[in-house]
Parts: sequence; structure tokens; C-alpha cells
Amino acid sequence: MTTPTGDERRVRVVLVDDHRMFRTGVQAEIGVTAETGVEVVGEAADVDQAVTVVTATRPEVVLLDVHLPGGGGVEVLRRCAALSADPDRPVRFLALSVSDAAEDVIGVIRGGARGYVTKTITGPDLVDSIFRVRDGDAVFSPRLAGFVLDAFASTDAPPVDEDLDRLTQREREVLRLIARGYAYKEIAKQLFISVKTVESHVSAVLRKLQLSNRHELTRWATARRLV
Amino acid sequence: MSASPPPPPGPSGGVSGASFLAPPQPGADGVRKLYRSSEGRMVGGVARGLAGHLGLPVLWVRALFVLLAVFNGIGILLYAVFWFFVPLGVGGVAEAKEPRDARSWLAGKRPDKGQVMALIALAVGTGILVDNLNLGAANRAVWPLLVIGVGVALVWRQADNARKARWVEMSHGKRFWPLVRAAGGIVLVIAGVTGFIVVRGSGGHLGGILQAALAVLVGVALIAGPYLVRMTQDLSAERLLRIRAQERAEVAAHVHDSVLHTLTLIQRHAEEPREVARLARAQERELRAWLYRPEGTGRDDEPTTLAEAVRAAAAEVEDAHGVPVEVVCVGDCPLDERLVAQTQAAREAMVNGAKYGGDGAVQVYAEVEEARVFVSVRDHGPGFDLDRVPDDRMGVRESIIGRMRRNGGEARLRPAPGGGTEVELEMERVAAA
Repeated sequence: MTTPTGDERRVRVVLVDDHRMFRTGVQAEIGVTAETGVEVVGEAADVDQAVTVVTATRPEVVLLDVHLPGGGGVEVLRRCAALSADPDRPVRFLALSVSDAAEDVIGVIRGGARGYVTKTITGPDLVDSIFRVRDGDAVFSPRLAGFVLDAFASTDAPPVDEDLDRLTQREREVLRLIARGYAYKEIAKQLFISVKTVESHVSAVLRKLQLSNRHELTRWATARRLV
Repeated sequence: MSASPPPPPGPSGGVSGASFLAPPQPGADGVRKLYRSSEGRMVGGVARGLAGHLGLPVLWVRALFVLLAVFNGIGILLYAVFWFFVPLGVGGVAEAKEPRDARSWLAGKRPDKGQVMALIALAVGTGILVDNLNLGAANRAVWPLLVIGVGVALVWRQADNARKARWVEMSHGKRFWPLVRAAGGIVLVIAGVTGFIVVRGSGGHLGGILQAALAVLVGVALIAGPYLVRMTQDLSAERLLRIRAQERAEVAAHVHDSVLHTLTLIQRHAEEPREVARLARAQERELRAWLYRPEGTGRDDEPTTLAEAVRAAAAEVEDAHGVPVEVVCVGDCPLDERLVAQTQAAREAMVNGAKYGGDGAVQVYAEVEEARVFVSVRDHGPGFDLDRVPDDRMGVRESIIGRMRRNGGEARLRPAPGGGTEVELEMERVAAA
């Protein structure tokens, strides 16, 4: 796939996680630039540090932990909103979390993260996800797809003017296949569409998730006694 | 964390900082201690507590007190002494092993009759007492004393309630009546004291006496106030610390029982990555379940909903075969017979995936829709062709396809697009769900 920004095989990354051991581990696994193409240009352990480091280094991708001292990943996203909205050199966020609680995950995605992976992910998969996020795609883990389906499933009869909040049949199908563990390529084969189309469906889902109204999400959270 | 920490064993008196704990029950091995009963009492709980302690019917003890009251008020004096010195407890009542049971027991059996009878007896007793006291001019002081006594009783009873409210979580909304009762008690005491002074003939100096009394009171309050405030603060701080320590102890115990043991095992098996991964995953799952368990659900036996059942099956397979099983559930519904069958079929599919699917994770996806339940089990192994399996191998045919068909569902096996095998299980839901 071609990339709008920079070198194909190079990506500048900032690691944000409050556990030093975890940062070191990730650094060891993906930070060997000659092999993976990932260059770790900065690290941060809390919200303030993260904002400072990200602003100073302007990486292409930020690996963002959901739980952080000082307000959590959502707070980082809020304070870096201007950077990620920059059309020339957008900073993209990929949530990397040990938590698989629905409200955490949906929270950062709605805050503007481009994807979500769990910390049990393997090194190569993580590198792959980083490049995909750099290229503007959304990265959905099966679990995230499950949460999203859940979030939209309980709102089966929305008012007519909230068309944007609904998933199309096709988007739902794509999400289901992601939840079943299919790679984008496999989904394309299964549905007889191109990988690009799969990616655009996934991006559409992400956009809807970020735009879907607060009321609906509150209802969803209340139904699960999360709030 | 759980809402109410279990009362720890040990002879904590129950009056000091540990007042959030229920005093220990008079156990068979421990020393039998006398407590006033906080359950089903009429005035101070002395009679019921004594009855429980001595193993006598409550009615006898009460009758005895009333009888004694007739003789120059000895009964009342005794009762007051007991009330003063014996701490309030939830124990002391033989029948009331658990407070909640005791309450329902009391509510169920003779709810009002006993109380009314006792009150009548009390009134009669008091009448006789007053009659005995031979109210002449010299004994006019008795009336104010009686009024003071009633007022003191009211206030003390109130204090008992406040203490009890700390053990049993009472509704916070009912703040009004306790206040009224306490105020009433205080008014009665003041009225009694005033009456006493007036009756004793020093009515003329009443104004002066009241002023002096007020001055003394203010002085005492000024001196003792700060100490009292400090003491209450210290007490509540200590209570908080105790609660925290207890919670930490619980966490520490759990971490010790599970996590530390697993880490030890992992060190011992350091050469076998598969075993290490299996142990770590099992421990992670367990710890997660423990940390994020929904409050109040102490259940750890049979799963009752589909998502729980699928997760439980996946956990078992993961533990048994050392292959990661990733579960994604969308929606949930209660289990019924057909869904149990579907879960069993899914479990069988997971076992197959774990056995023949190589080292890659087995992916399980369960979705509950309005009309049907869909489960997909996918592995990343070399693939599988049902037609080439000999007829005598019954695993897939009977345990998965046959089981689904017998229960009115459908099972499909097919090669997954990216390699591996996918088993799709579909079951119609019972309409009433």
C-alpha cells in the first residue's frame, strides 16, 4: 500500500505507558529499527509527559495506554486534538491496553484513537498495526469489534434522523468477521470485495463510533451497569 | 470489593474503634458474654439479652423485672444498671443466630400481641409502684424523677439505635424521627429537673440557678469540646485504617494464594514456553475475574447465561490443552436446554481446534440475536475435510453436527479463508426470550 507521508518502511513512534518494564519490553520487541522499521522517538509515563513529548517530537503514531496517571489516555487525546487534526502531519493514536473492559476501550476510540489492540498482541502484529494506523486505517481487534457490535446492537430502533449512528448491513458483516478473527485480507476474500473496501468500511465504523451521540452511549453503558 | 467485610473472629469488645464490627456470637468454645439484644427489644434489650444468655423464655425475664419493679422499684433500678453496663450486641438471643433471620422471625411470630401485653404489664406495674410510693406532700419529688427517668431512657435508647445503625446499614433517609425522639428525651429531662427544683421549693431562685447551670455547661463545653472533637476524629480515622488494612489483607491473601504460586510454577517451568504461557494465561484470566467481578455476585459454580458458559468452556479447553482460546461475545441470554447443547458442541469444536489447529489461538465468537444464537469456532491449523474422515470417527459427526441437529440447530464446517477450519453453530432461540 502506498503512503501519503514519508518513507514506506519507516515510522516514528512514541510510547506512552506508566509501566517502565512494559515500555522496555515493547521497545525491545519493535524498536529495532533496521528490522521492523519502527523508530521509537520518545517515551512518556503520564498525561503531562505524554503531551509534552508528543508535541516536541511530532511522531506519526503514538502507542497509548488507556490507564495513565493524570487523567488516562482519553485526556492525552483531548489535549493533543489539534495535533491529530493537522492535515499535513497528523499524529495518530493507537490504544494499547491490558484492560479489556468495554468502557475503557470504547472511551479511547471515541476520544479519537485510530485503533485498539491488547497487550497480549505479538510483536510482528503490533508492528503491522502501527503501519496500518500510520497509513490512516483503523485497527480493530476481534474484541474491539465485539464491543462495537454490542454498542450498536442495543440501539436497534434509533430515530430516523440518526442515520449516521447506525451501521449498514455491510459494516456489520465486516465487524462480525473481524470479531471472528478474520484478517482484512480474508474478509475481502469472503465478501468478494477489495481490501481497500474493507478498510473503508472499518474507517466508516470508526467515524460513526466517534460521532454517535452521547445519549445512545449512555444508554448502552447504563444497560450494562457501567455507569 | 465486597460491601460488608466479614466480622473477624476474636474477642473484640465491640465498643472501641471496632464498632463497625458485630460483637462475636457467644460461641460454643468462647466465653459466653452477656450482651443486650439489639433485635426485638422493647426498651433497652436487657430482658431479651438476659433471656438468651440464661436460656429462659423472654416473657419470664420480663415478668420478673415487672414484678421486681413493684417492690419499691428494684426491678427498674436493676434494669437501668444492666442497661448502663452491658454492651449492646447482636448476639445474646438464642434464636437469633443471624440478625436478618431474627428480624423476620420476630416479624412473623406474634408481631404485636406480645408487645402490647408487655406494655400493659409495664403500665400496671408502674401504677402499682406509684400507688405504693404513697404520694404525700413529702414525696412529690417522685414525679419529676419519673419524668427524668423516661427522658433518659428515650435518649439512651436513641444512642443504642445509632450504634446499631453502624453494624446494620440502616436507611440514611430517616433522619427526622431519631432527632425528634432525642429532642423529646432532652426536653423531658429538662422539664423533670425544673420540676424537681420547683417542687423542692426553690422556685424563687429558678432564674439564678438556670443561669449558673448554663454558665457551668458552657464552661464545660469550652474545655471538653476540643477533646471530644479530636477523639471522634481519631476514632473515625482509626476505623478507616482498620477497614483499609482488612481489604489489603484480603488482596494480599488472594495474591499469595494464586499469583505467587503461579509465578513459582512459572520459574520452575522456565524451559517450557508452552507450559509457562498456559500458566500465565490461566492466572491472568482468574485474576481478572477476581478483580473485576461484579459486586455482590458470589457465584462461582454453574454458569447461567450463554456468554458465561462459552467463556467457561473456553477457559477449560485453554487450561487442558495449553492453546490460547480467544472469546468474543456479543449480547447475552439465559441458558436453556438447547443452548447448553450448543455450548457443548462449541466446546467440542474448541477441543478439536486446540488439538489439531497448531499453536495459533483458537478464536471463538458468540452472538445472541433476537431470533437465533450464532457461535463460530475458528482455528489456524492445516484445515480439515469432513468427507475424508473415516466413518467410524464420531467426534465431529456426533458431538458437533449430530448434537446440534438433535436439538434443532445446525452446524457447518468449512475451511476458513486464510487457512484453518471454521465451525459455525446456529440455533434458533426459544420464542419467549
